Amino acid sequence: MHYDFMNYVFFCLLCKKNRRSRWRKYEAELQRCHPEALPVEFGDYHPLKPIMVTDTKTRRGTRKGSTSSSSSSSSSAPADPLSSMLDGTDPLSMFAAASTSETSALSHGGSGGDLGRKKRVKEEEPIGADFEPWSTKRGEILARFTTTEKLSINLFMGSDRGKAPNPGTSAVSEKVRTRLEELDDLEEGSQRELLNLSQQDYANRIEELNQSLKEAWSSDQKVKALKIVIQCSKLLSDTSVIQFYPSKFVLITDILDTFGRLVYDRIWTMCSDPRTLPDSFTAEDVNDTAKETCLNWFFKIASIRELLPRLYVEAAILKCSRFLSKSGIQETLPRLTAMIRGIGDPLVAAYARAYLCRVGMEVAPQLKESLNANFFDLLATFRQVSGDSVQRQLHLQRVEAPEYLTLYSPAINWILQCIAYRAPEQLLTEMMERCKMMVNNALLLNSIMRAFRPEFVATRATDFIGMIKDCDESGFPKHLLYGSLGRSLACADPPESERLTILNEAWKVITKVRNPQDYMNCAEIWVEFTCRHFTKREVNTVLADIIKHMTPDRAFEDAYPQLQSVIRKILTYFHDFSVLFSMERFLPFLDMFQKDSVRVEVCKSIMEVFIKHQLEVTRDPVILNAMLHICKTMHDSVNALTLEDEKRSLALLIIGFIRMVSFGRDFEQQLSFCVEARATFCNLEPVLVQLIHTVNQLAMETRRVVKGNHSRKTAAFVRACAAYCFITIPSLSSIFSRLHLYLLSGQVALANQCLSQADAFLKAAVSILPEVPRSISVEGKLRSSETFLLDFINNFLATLLVVPDHPEHGVLYLVRGLLNMVQDYTWEDNSDAKVRVYISALPLLAAMSQETYLYSIPKVDSNETLYGGDPKFLSEINKLCETLIGQILDHLKTLTRDEQSVRRQSALAFSLFGVLLAHGDLRNNKLSQLSVNLWNLSHKHGHCETRVSVRTLESIKHQAQQPDMAHLADAIQRLALQSRT
Amino acid sequence: MSVTLDIKLKRANKVYHEGETVAGVITLSCKEAMQHHGISLSMEGIVNLQLSSKSVGVFEAFYNSVKPIQLISHNIEVAKAGKIPGGKTEIPFEFPLNAKGNKVLYETYHGVFVNIQYSLRCDLKRSLLAKDLSRNCEFIVHCQPQKAKVVPAPVNFTITPDTLQNIRERSLLPKFLIRGHLDATSCVISQPLTGEVVVEKSEVPIKSIELQLVRVETCGCAEGYARDATEIQNIQIAEGDVCHGLPIPIYMVFPRLFTCPTLETTNFKVEFEINIVIILHDDHLITENFPLKLCRV
Repeated sequence: MHYDFMNYVFFCLLCKKNRRSRWRKYEAELQRCHPEALPVEFGDYHPLKPIMVTDTKTRRGTRKGSTSSSSSSSSSAPADPLSSMLDGTDPLSMFAAASTSETSALSHGGSGGDLGRKKRVKEEEPIGADFEPWSTKRGEILARFTTTEKLSINLFMGSDRGKAPNPGTSAVSEKVRTRLEELDDLEEGSQRELLNLSQQDYANRIEELNQSLKEAWSSDQKVKALKIVIQCSKLLSDTSVIQFYPSKFVLITDILDTFGRLVYDRIWTMCSDPRTLPDSFTAEDVNDTAKETCLNWFFKIASIRELLPRLYVEAAILKCSRFLSKSGIQETLPRLTAMIRGIGDPLVAAYARAYLCRVGMEVAPQLKESLNANFFDLLATFRQVSGDSVQRQLHLQRVEAPEYLTLYSPAINWILQCIAYRAPEQLLTEMMERCKMMVNNALLLNSIMRAFRPEFVATRATDFIGMIKDCDESGFPKHLLYGSLGRSLACADPPESERLTILNEAWKVITKVRNPQDYMNCAEIWVEFTCRHFTKREVNTVLADIIKHMTPDRAFEDAYPQLQSVIRKILTYFHDFSVLFSMERFLPFLDMFQKDSVRVEVCKSIMEVFIKHQLEVTRDPVILNAMLHICKTMHDSVNALTLEDEKRSLALLIIGFIRMVSFGRDFEQQLSFCVEARATFCNLEPVLVQLIHTVNQLAMETRRVVKGNHSRKTAAFVRACAAYCFITIPSLSSIFSRLHLYLLSGQVALANQCLSQADAFLKAAVSILPEVPRSISVEGKLRSSETFLLDFINNFLATLLVVPDHPEHGVLYLVRGLLNMVQDYTWEDNSDAKVRVYISALPLLAAMSQETYLYSIPKVDSNETLYGGDPKFLSEINKLCETLIGQILDHLKTLTRDEQSVRRQSALAFSLFGVLLAHGDLRNNKLSQLSVNLWNLSHKHGHCETRVSVRTLESIKHQAQQPDMAHLADAIQRLALQSRT
Repeated sequence: MSVTLDIKLKRANKVYHEGETVAGVITLSCKEAMQHHGISLSMEGIVNLQLSSKSVGVFEAFYNSVKPIQLISHNIEVAKAGKIPGGKTEIPFEFPLNAKGNKVLYETYHGVFVNIQYSLRCDLKRSLLAKDLSRNCEFIVHCQPQKAKVVPAPVNFTITPDTLQNIRERSLLPKFLIRGHLDATSCVISQPLTGEVVVEKSEVPIKSIELQLVRVETCGCAEGYARDATEIQNIQIAEGDVCHGLPIPIYMVFPRLFTCPTLETTNFKVEFEINIVIILHDDHLITENFPLKLCRV
């Protein structure tokens, strides 16, 4: 073997001489390559066409009874096979249509199946998804009604076992015993009062109680559970720290809900002993034991001494009435409603009503009467709000009347929401009339506007404005009323003729609000109405007013969320940025965002809308100025601490803007814009990359416009473009960005006949090659840079074909330079990359030695013309080839150590064989011998893929049939296929 | 070797009427077979009378009349001495519910001085080494519905300072006017007591309005007796300064066991009364009393 190899090397050295590349006739070869090429007919037929649905419409409810969708295709060709199989109904929309009917079917049918799921379905049936559930209000209330005052919880667990000393513990020391008793107290002690609780502590305590309720229940201590619930509901009669009452209500009713659920589920499981109850069960289906347990609960609760716990706990387990009788709930609801009249404190009563309505809506939403009764009772007792007891209490707690009144709104809003849900129009009108009759009706009016359908309110907007005007100013702040009205008008449209009056009336009041926070809350709501129905003029006025109110004392600092929401609303309605920025007050408005994070946030939201809705390129100076300002703000927010992701998203937004800027034929202006942009956005690399691309594009655009014939002026311009790129690229940190941009800009420069610029670009690219690190981070992972580098070099080599040699430097100056860099580059150990570059440089050299090049650039003379096939030039190329092949063969020689390197040797030898076959002139015997040797070498250790070899052979045979290629036939004789033994 | 003994009645609510059969099972569960000396089951109905401590001294003469009155008493042997197999054993039983002699089965009532109780007792006798086991199970007797129809007759009331008795200085009282009605004072025990109360006006804010259910138990006979009124339950129907002019519902469910149809026998009486208690903010306490007649239909 060793002998073989030496022999072969010797031979190679011999045949180095006089080797030259094959003459190529590119045209003819191209012709040959697709001899049976037919003009492609872009006729009617397209394999994908028949199933291409061009127009899909979903019609709902066109056929009676069932909903279906049909897809119609514009081609009259065979129908979509998918849809025809399914009889014209798209399966997804079919499911969607079926699901509505299915839910109702499920809840009516119902035998077997998962209990929890069915219950949910059951609950959803009478109350649609359009009913805003309590859970959404919950958080809102907790966030809104807060206090810094100290709270207390007073629990009296009622010790029902005597405290007689237990003889068993007599041995225990006194101290230990008291401790044990203390522990007992926690369990089921006597009175326990927790004082000085902060709001958070209070919530935690209540949550603890909730937990201990669950624990008591699961450990079968039903009495203890009931006691906890009673004690908790008793807390609701305590109105000290009245500002916190709504939140307290929320926390405690959570416990009640838990309790109600526990009791219901337990009785449910008791009745589903042999088989589960159907969802639509009646009292007859319930067994006696379950009934007795249920009855026991009701008796126990009926004997609770205090009014409020009795009321709340019975309401909590109201759902269980279903186990006892069909009409139970129907009878109990009115009774409980009447019972609330016994509650003296109007606030406590209002919340009790809210709870009852909440339970009522959940358990029996069809029973509207008790909802109404609740509301009428509420109206009847409303005069108590201004009564002596309440006033005394307010005085004692130092709470102002307006603040006190707002405490009612969650409760009243909820009651009205329940009433208004799917209520007939005339009921709502009646409610409204009743409220009109009340003296101090602001609170009710507010709740009506909040709870009733926005359409209802919107059509009567003028009425409401009148009513708001008539309201008593002292009780309930008017801006809240206008806020509620505005909220309705934001979702539903009042009659067109009234809109301006409404806006004027409302704003007249809003602008008089002194407190900036109140003002802002209200103004924010009305901005939407303004944007929805009016033009930029009105919006501008509104903005001006907001600025006027929020600037003094830097009030805007406390109102960023609202101000942001104003911007958001404007952006939803104004997508034409020239209109948007022509509002004089828009940018001053933006200036109010002085906190950096908020400012950037706002800018981002504007940019997002811009990118989404600005469909055409623009040169509008108003837009450009404003957007530059906004982008600059975003850019300037970048600092050392900015996260990579954040930077990327900012850069993307700015790039989006840059892409939308176009000055049409005014290229110089565009370039100067790019110059400005580069100065402005120098910290964001992706933006710089984009700018370089833009400028390159600009150069190419120029070339297109002058059709390749640059005048002196345009030539100067494209050179300016090149200069722009040349000085911008070095400021990038990513080496591959730089390399690619150098190459690209070089190509652009070449295309624009800027030879020296192109030369400079390519030279720069070559000169930074050694800087390429061995590994780079790709998506956060460290990867070897080798493949990237090889790709780049191949690309670069392809460009070098058309680059004419610099007259002052030697022949093939750039190619040599590149190869030298490749030689000196510190490649990875055990890597063939360098040799691969050499192998791929060979085709370039072969191409360079042709009389006519494969491709050329119009109006640029490549080396073919410069040297005109000068033998000296050709011999230079030959020398270079020899050196390269020598290097390659040397490398091949070293690859004999182990299995791994033998495999590499085989692959390299085969690719060199391929190159020689394609580009070498094999009539030369020595070259032909070399290629045979390479073939043998590559097959020597059986690492070649047989299939590839076979195909190569076939291809050679095919080529050999060409006229002047007959010599290949001899070569084939000598290329033996590896036997597969 | 643990054994558990339990009596389970067939009816979940344990309510029986005279003439019916009390049926159920005795369940015995033990891990292994067990030797016993006989299982017996007895049914007993007793009226317990007790004199209140304050009356004991005075009515010592009637001491004899205080001994319990037995209404019903049956005893059967469920199983002779033998062995119970391991696991769960159920022994069904039936008792006819018939009064002893010419006695009447009064309705179950748990009071303070009068107690009417019916129970089943199962005894399991065992060898000397192991303790005997026994299990008690109370069941409830409702008396037969009354034939006579109860016609609800509403009772109206008005309370003003002038209508009050038992006060020292009428002029010191704040002015108030409270009206209302009870839908009936002869009530069906299974139905709640209902009515309305309206605070028409009150100078001093109201603190609370409560319904107090009172039992009046009388022990003894014509010659001398002890009569004691004690509270059964107190239900608050209004809390705080309620809205004037608005009717507040009166509603009270008669608690089971602690109430029974109004009872009058030669030896004892059980009657009920309701008090409407109005507490004013200055802690004035105004009470209006209504005797009730409870019956079962």
